[in-house]
Amino acid sequence: MGIYVNKELCTVCKGREEPLCVENCPGDLIFINKEGKVEIRNQAECWDCMACIKSCPYGALETRLPYQIADYKATLKPLLKRDKIIWKLRDIRGNIEEYIIPRKINKGGV
Amino acid sequence: MGNLPAGGVILKDPIKIKVLETDFLIIGGGAAGCLAAVKAKDIQNNLDVMILEKANIMRSGCLASGLNAINAYINPGESPESFVKYVRKDSMGLIREDLVLSLAKRLNELVKLVESWGLSINKNENGDYVKRGRWNIEIEGEAIKPIIARKTKESGVNIINRVLATNLLVKNNRVYGAFAFDIRKGIFYYIRAKAVLIATGGASGIYRPQNNGSAQHKTWYSPFNTGAGYAMGIRAGAEMTSFEMRFIALRVKDIIAPTGTMALGFKANQINSYGEKYMVKRYNHFGGDRAPTPLRINGPITELKEGRGPVFLDLTHLSSEKIKKLKEVYLNMYPGLVLYWAANNFDPGEKPVEIQGTEPYIVGGHAGAGYWINEKRETTIEGLYAAGDVAGGAPYKFVSGSWAEGVIAAENAIKYILRYKDLDIINEIKFNEEIKRVYHPFYINEGISANDMEERLQKIMDEYAGGISKYYEMNDKELKLGLEKIMSLKKQIKYLKADNFHELMNCHEVIDRIDVARVLIHHLLYRKETRWPIYQTRTDYPDRDDENWLKFVNSKLINDSIVIYERPYKKIV
Repeated sequence: MGIYVNKELCTVCKGREEPLCVENCPGDLIFINKEGKVEIRNQAECWDCMACIKSCPYGALETRLPYQIADYKATLKPLLKRDKIIWKLRDIRGNIEEYIIPRKINKGGV
Repeated sequence: MGNLPAGGVILKDPIKIKVLETDFLIIGGGAAGCLAAVKAKDIQNNLDVMILEKANIMRSGCLASGLNAINAYINPGESPESFVKYVRKDSMGLIREDLVLSLAKRLNELVKLVESWGLSINKNENGDYVKRGRWNIEIEGEAIKPIIARKTKESGVNIINRVLATNLLVKNNRVYGAFAFDIRKGIFYYIRAKAVLIATGGASGIYRPQNNGSAQHKTWYSPFNTGAGYAMGIRAGAEMTSFEMRFIALRVKDIIAPTGTMALGFKANQINSYGEKYMVKRYNHFGGDRAPTPLRINGPITELKEGRGPVFLDLTHLSSEKIKKLKEVYLNMYPGLVLYWAANNFDPGEKPVEIQGTEPYIVGGHAGAGYWINEKRETTIEGLYAAGDVAGGAPYKFVSGSWAEGVIAAENAIKYILRYKDLDIINEIKFNEEIKRVYHPFYINEGISANDMEERLQKIMDEYAGGISKYYEMNDKELKLGLEKIMSLKKQIKYLKADNFHELMNCHEVIDRIDVARVLIHHLLYRKETRWPIYQTRTDYPDRDDENWLKFVNSKLINDSIVIYERPYKKIV
């Protein structure tokens, strides 16, 4: 399991003490490297919980399945809106599918 | 020791020490810990309630990636008593009925409470919750953890994220607080508390995983739940129960996605490579598809062992619209599966989905391993409470049951704290020894990495204590040899080496796992029957023996030896 960081889109969440992905990773696997960029310590230690991806306001992160269990080139990216998540899925043949999942949160909640 | 960048070198600064005080210390900010904290503030707002969390409570614990069902709920027509009867049958007759009954009485109230915080629960046209199974209701739970975390923050709980608890402070069998260290800044914490709740979750990473190398953390249970709470309790001399009731989940092969949604929500049948519905054909006398959970995993594992694999869940009866719906459900709960299918050019509407068993885990939420507690959720150490996966004797509690246990623990801990409010917290504690133990891996120039030691542990457990490579089976001789190897591995802990605080955390995770593994083997050795096939399959004692073994196997660490106790089963329902 692991993630891919799009360095063009990543702003390192300027103004925050820690970027949101660094803050939220339950495994403490994401850090700011010497070049000041977001980096994952070890792809093999990722649980694939997507906490980082869902918390990224810039859509700069992507899940990558380990090659051991999945062919190269398929991608899945969520775009988090207040009331929904738009999942963009690309299979290995290049077909693109979109899934819109309502993010139902009751009134009075977050 | 100063503030280190990741991968940085050790500075020569002295270790910074912070001493904190709180009324109620909660170690672990997952499902049980957060609910306990909110409840404690709700009952007694002027008390200081502190959560120590090794990650960040926003996405920590088992709920990190979301959830699509509550699996312990008393649906109309059912009762807490009927729940107890079901759990007893599902757990092959051996549960703590007092614990299961007391949590069952709180399930619906707590589901309602979390709904009022923002959790979306699916309702039908009459406004009733949508039932998914006898004890299950459907939720839209992608954001379940952030919803709970925000409520916890709003309640005025003092949350300290990125701090790993390393040991409990216990004197004369009473808890006085805990030691911990900050995994970002390296600060050593000495936290004094009037009562402590352990809610750190169970233990993964004890056995060699199904996937290895670059996919080693593709596990069912959170790889970041490393048994810290068990290990701290073991070292403090708390009584533990039922470690031998391991948990093995039936999952989608490779990606380890849950199968319950396919079976319950989309009516998938298990089939083998001959297309046989083996649960009905071969295991009907146990109850077929409705057999107790350990027997439901025993079916596919036996098929594999006897050469009728691979085994599958068949969804080919579904229309393409239904398959789309299925993918939507998984995107809400386990998005990796949808990507896995796309990456393998796989359509579950055309071919059956291959399934397998996971590596064994030690958990009190699905199975029974954990602290031996009373109905108040108090452990055998005064002032120390346990809830959720770390608490034993009450399987099938899952998320809502963990909420219930957290709340029950908080209610009783508050009473305890108020009763003792005039007591001074004991001041005199020597923590030099713990500082030395915690930071030791920084002073090793040449040694073993936490990852290498973890791999060694997992190999031993896999080969000698019923791992995947043995089809989960074990016997007396293997277990004894395994225990010897674990004890010799324990002697190697002094060579563990860390270069930064993340690695230091990993060192303590493997130290904790070794302590859990040791107790686990003692429990597996002691139970001379096979009560829960696959979870605990003894080839030398292959049958269930209610006459001699309908009782709990408990243990305590005394003078560095594991002492086993038998505790009776009590039928109340």
